[in-house]
Amino acid sequence: MTAGTGIGARVLRREDKRFLTGTGRYVDDLPLARATYAYFLRSPHAHAKIKSIDTAKAKAMPGVVEIFTGKDTADAKMGGLICGWVVKDKNGEPHKAPAHPVMALDTVRYVGDTVAMIVANSIDEAKDAAEAIKVDYEVKPANVDLAHALDKGAPQVHPEAPGNLIYDWEIGVKADVDAAFAKAAHVTKLDVVNNRLIPNAMEPRAAAAEYDKGTGNYTLWSTSQNPHVLRLILSAFVLGIPEHKLRVVAPDVGGGFGSKIFCYNEETMVCWAASRVGRPIKWTAERSESFMTDAHGRDHVTHAELAMDKDGKFLALKVETIANMGAYLSTFSTAVPTYLYATLLAGQYTTPLIYANVKAAVTHTAPVDAYRGAGRPEATFVIESIVSKAAVEMKMDTAELRRKNFIPKEAFPYQTPVALQYDSGNYPPIIDEAIKISGYKDFESRRAEAKSRGKLRGIGFSSYIEACGLAPSNVVGSLGAGVGQWESAQIKFNPTGNVQVMTGAHSHGQGHETTFAQLIHDRLGVPMDQIEIVHGDTSTTPFGMGTYGSRSLAVGGSAIMKATDKIIAKGKKVAAHLMEADVADVEFENGSFKVAGTDKSVPLGQVVFAAYVPHNYPLAEVEPGMDENAFYDPANFVYPSGTQICEVEIDPDTGKVEVIAHTAVDDFGNIINPMIVEGQVHGGIVQGVGQALFENAVYDKGTGQLISGSYMDYTMPRADNFPSFKLGYKTTPCPHNPLGVKGCGEAGAIAAPAAVMNAVRDALAPLGIKHVEMPATPLNIWQTIQGAHGVAAE
Amino acid sequence: MYDFAYHRPKTLADAVATLKGKDEARPMSGGMTLIPTLKQRLAKPSDVVDLGGIKELAGIKADASSVTIGAMTKHYDVSVSPDVKKTIPALAELAGHIGDPAVRNRGTIGGSVANSDPAADYPAAVVALNATITTNTGKHAADGFFKGLFETALKDGELITSITFPKPEKAAYMKFPNPASRYAMVGVFVAKTKDGVRVAVTGAGSAVFRVKAMEDALAKNFTSAAIKDIKIPSKDLNSDIHGSAEYRAHLVGVMARRAVDAANK
Amino acid sequence: MTLSVAMTVNGKAVSGKVEARTLLVQFLRENLGMTGTHVGCDTSQCGACVVDVDGKSVKSCTMLAVQAEGTKVTTIEGLAPSADKLHPMQEAFRDNHALQCGFCTPGMVMSAIDMVKRNNYQLDEATVRRELEGNLCRCTGYHNIVKAILAAAPAMKSAGV
Repeated sequence: MTAGTGIGARVLRREDKRFLTGTGRYVDDLPLARATYAYFLRSPHAHAKIKSIDTAKAKAMPGVVEIFTGKDTADAKMGGLICGWVVKDKNGEPHKAPAHPVMALDTVRYVGDTVAMIVANSIDEAKDAAEAIKVDYEVKPANVDLAHALDKGAPQVHPEAPGNLIYDWEIGVKADVDAAFAKAAHVTKLDVVNNRLIPNAMEPRAAAAEYDKGTGNYTLWSTSQNPHVLRLILSAFVLGIPEHKLRVVAPDVGGGFGSKIFCYNEETMVCWAASRVGRPIKWTAERSESFMTDAHGRDHVTHAELAMDKDGKFLALKVETIANMGAYLSTFSTAVPTYLYATLLAGQYTTPLIYANVKAAVTHTAPVDAYRGAGRPEATFVIESIVSKAAVEMKMDTAELRRKNFIPKEAFPYQTPVALQYDSGNYPPIIDEAIKISGYKDFESRRAEAKSRGKLRGIGFSSYIEACGLAPSNVVGSLGAGVGQWESAQIKFNPTGNVQVMTGAHSHGQGHETTFAQLIHDRLGVPMDQIEIVHGDTSTTPFGMGTYGSRSLAVGGSAIMKATDKIIAKGKKVAAHLMEADVADVEFENGSFKVAGTDKSVPLGQVVFAAYVPHNYPLAEVEPGMDENAFYDPANFVYPSGTQICEVEIDPDTGKVEVIAHTAVDDFGNIINPMIVEGQVHGGIVQGVGQALFENAVYDKGTGQLISGSYMDYTMPRADNFPSFKLGYKTTPCPHNPLGVKGCGEAGAIAAPAAVMNAVRDALAPLGIKHVEMPATPLNIWQTIQGAHGVAAE
Repeated sequence: MYDFAYHRPKTLADAVATLKGKDEARPMSGGMTLIPTLKQRLAKPSDVVDLGGIKELAGIKADASSVTIGAMTKHYDVSVSPDVKKTIPALAELAGHIGDPAVRNRGTIGGSVANSDPAADYPAAVVALNATITTNTGKHAADGFFKGLFETALKDGELITSITFPKPEKAAYMKFPNPASRYAMVGVFVAKTKDGVRVAVTGAGSAVFRVKAMEDALAKNFTSAAIKDIKIPSKDLNSDIHGSAEYRAHLVGVMARRAVDAANK
Repeated sequence: MTLSVAMTVNGKAVSGKVEARTLLVQFLRENLGMTGTHVGCDTSQCGACVVDVDGKSVKSCTMLAVQAEGTKVTTIEGLAPSADKLHPMQEAFRDNHALQCGFCTPGMVMSAIDMVKRNNYQLDEATVRRELEGNLCRCTGYHNIVKAILAAAPAMKSAGV
């Protein structure tokens, strides 16, 4: 069904009206009677010992309600924040897990580390008091340069992680890969830095909490992508508040991109302190705090080598990466550069042998964790950069080299040498379509025309694969995940026939209230305005894992489909009774139960009413009510794929790179709402181009100060940095979930950086330039060109 | 933000009187720099004297040879003023590219000039066009007005009332914005006036400065070719993650040439 | 310093007690409970807080509440002509999927309306992109926002708003 409002239809979003009229309800919007306001005093140093903290003067300041420090949390025997994924190193040892206190105890380890919490009647009074707290620091040398973080003599971040090494992990058999390299006709080598990013969801993180003395219940409102997981962590590991006494609500949330998955210090403290203060507490990050303390993304230093035979067929790939963990291990940090990165290094190619070694380092910088794509953009950047470089070295067309090595469609399901089994895909038609849309064949004439204007034009490809739709629980469990990765749904009809659908996924921009309603409408025939999608509240929704890793539709949508099966199965029994027919003869279509071969039918609404008012009802066989739960644990990841082609023009006088055109062709399996999917791709592309051209989290290597700590210095992509995008689709349905869907949330950000950088390198190739690092800022390009001139002059 | 006493005088005389004797008082024009500074707690004025209520300070007057812009005139109003567009189109163009539309609706020429932000646009126009800055106590020539980083020749309690720009024969402003903040990383205003050619650079140094070598070359031959070999020394230029001093020095040349080409169009 | 302030917000006369340091956005959100106007940064750059003051778009995080004394303020809450009818710009944002998480949306819509009026209902893509310089969005990649504004311009003209 593509017309109307069912699956495949371009349905306008039901959530939009409230956002467009200023009636959305984000955490900071909550009116809480008698609320107090929290402000966190943060470390101005990257590494220091706290010799003393004197809060006496601050406590006496006007409006101050209470001040807490690390000592209070230690006295309360509060647990530390946890990393929920155990990665075993190459010797089978679990990763080093340094303590992560909620408030610094005796040492601060990055600029922004939490030192004290001030609770006051107003935020200004809290900030006034923060200035009156005296902290005596003994400043120590900081370790902020990732490339040298593991060097002998580098300042130590944690006693529990000697040499700053969290793990030294590997996948693949090195000896086999080395043997293949020995026989190679050509080896392409690549050194790349995957620049560090700051997520910058437009809504800063926020938390508010209230404690009900009468019942002993806590309510925490948090900007969370996964309220149940947050509750689980707070209950089981950090605060010890039993799960049934803690309600976590994630209301409207203004973007996440991964940064709101994790359990953070501030929400933990706000929740804990609410009972001590006896009044509600609100905290909202200022943007400068978001810059300092939201978990950052990426930050790899990588060396890679690709071995080929004389025809350009890939024989083996070898990758060595140092990954930055920051000062503490954030909730899922350890998995990102291992199971979400190295397992993707086959890309779209038949490379038979792959070896990857990843060393994770702690540094005196903000924690690093999943950010849109999480590991997969880093993998795609390595593969697609080295493949494009290989094409140049082999003097082959960049598209041809890719095509030559694509996994053929007959080979699916395809077992890669790095653990994953790709379930479906068909790559050649995708690149063909992208080539067509982008006008690749006529590119050289555009390059020549640009040259006549003094501009350098380049074109770049990126063919990505991703594993998303996290994930089969047994698989992630065997890899060290501390949680399952299923999703839940509950379909609760009301007696009057309308329906509330509770999902364990969480929407913070993805449009679940529309897409999920389309599923219900399509499957059960309930009109859209009779459907309510409920999410984000542990007290009203079944336990769920939340939204990240492009999983909501593939896993959460599948759970909804399973629940509709149960509704229909039960409804058939009731309908059979009402129509005095045999259950086996009852069919369900277009919202009605029918007796096959007759004109007898009863609409679902009537069946629902009968289930709630069971006066004429098969009570001996069926329970009253129409309310079904389902949990769905997928059989495999889903594997979206695609090709992006970027065309850039460089002004050699200023070094400025302009994106002239950007094409993306994707295989997301079946598409429920094309309008929403396009929006996800647009946003992803901009975040990916942002990494390639603009964004860079920069710490001063000496002091560890965050230099790019505001929009004055961290370059956010803006509207005038982009052309309109050109999109296309090819479809191979996912074979193992009921909707045949893959994920679309991260694809844009995964593919774009390599497409852009390959275009930049292509543009600069006539100057003899072979490599440019991200971000390709005007300064970077100008310096690169100067360097090339310098070499040419010698 | 620290709290302060707020005043909104209705006349220039009241404003001057209110500021008098208060060492820690700050005048506020559009507030586009002052309010963000206060929000970051980087300043702690005892009093803020809001000049927004002084009607006599806003407005644009033009005659055949000059344009006079009241200190409280908003960037937007300068950018769309038919008088400015007719007399000094480069100045209207410059005003139309300061900050973003919402900033242009609040920010004022007097505030920008009095603040001497090293990355502000207006100082380049003031110096290149050899404008005269009129205050409540007298007049300042453009040369010598911008003394350094956030430092001008204004004395305590002295408020800009208007700025008079002589009409040039030709002029243009070219800016290379900082990719993050969009302030000028380098902005070059080139003006051919009856008194000679003036080239003023903003964004690159601690305050706006003139480039004598370019002025001399352009006085002889007002084409971009005339300055293509002039190298700007990078010593003392600003350097940050977006632009090294060498890069800024290079950009001064590029922007100057583009400004000359634009002025000749 | 506590001061009284009075202004018209979305056609209603309002007043309240504020400190001199209270920002207009704080007055709207905290004193009036109008939380549609958002705060997305602390350096006056993101544009989530844009409102209309006396016919001009301004960043309500960079204006003191007392500076708005006697003005007419319009916020995102004051655009729709009725409960079941949206302003043409709001309509265009919905029709073109120009919002995802909704956080930047109020400022985007307010800036967009100002942009259309300032350009006399005539816009092209390059102008729209350039004039969105002061509004950051992290979700949409701007593509559909640009589309929506281009679509809204003629719709606003024919609706006479």
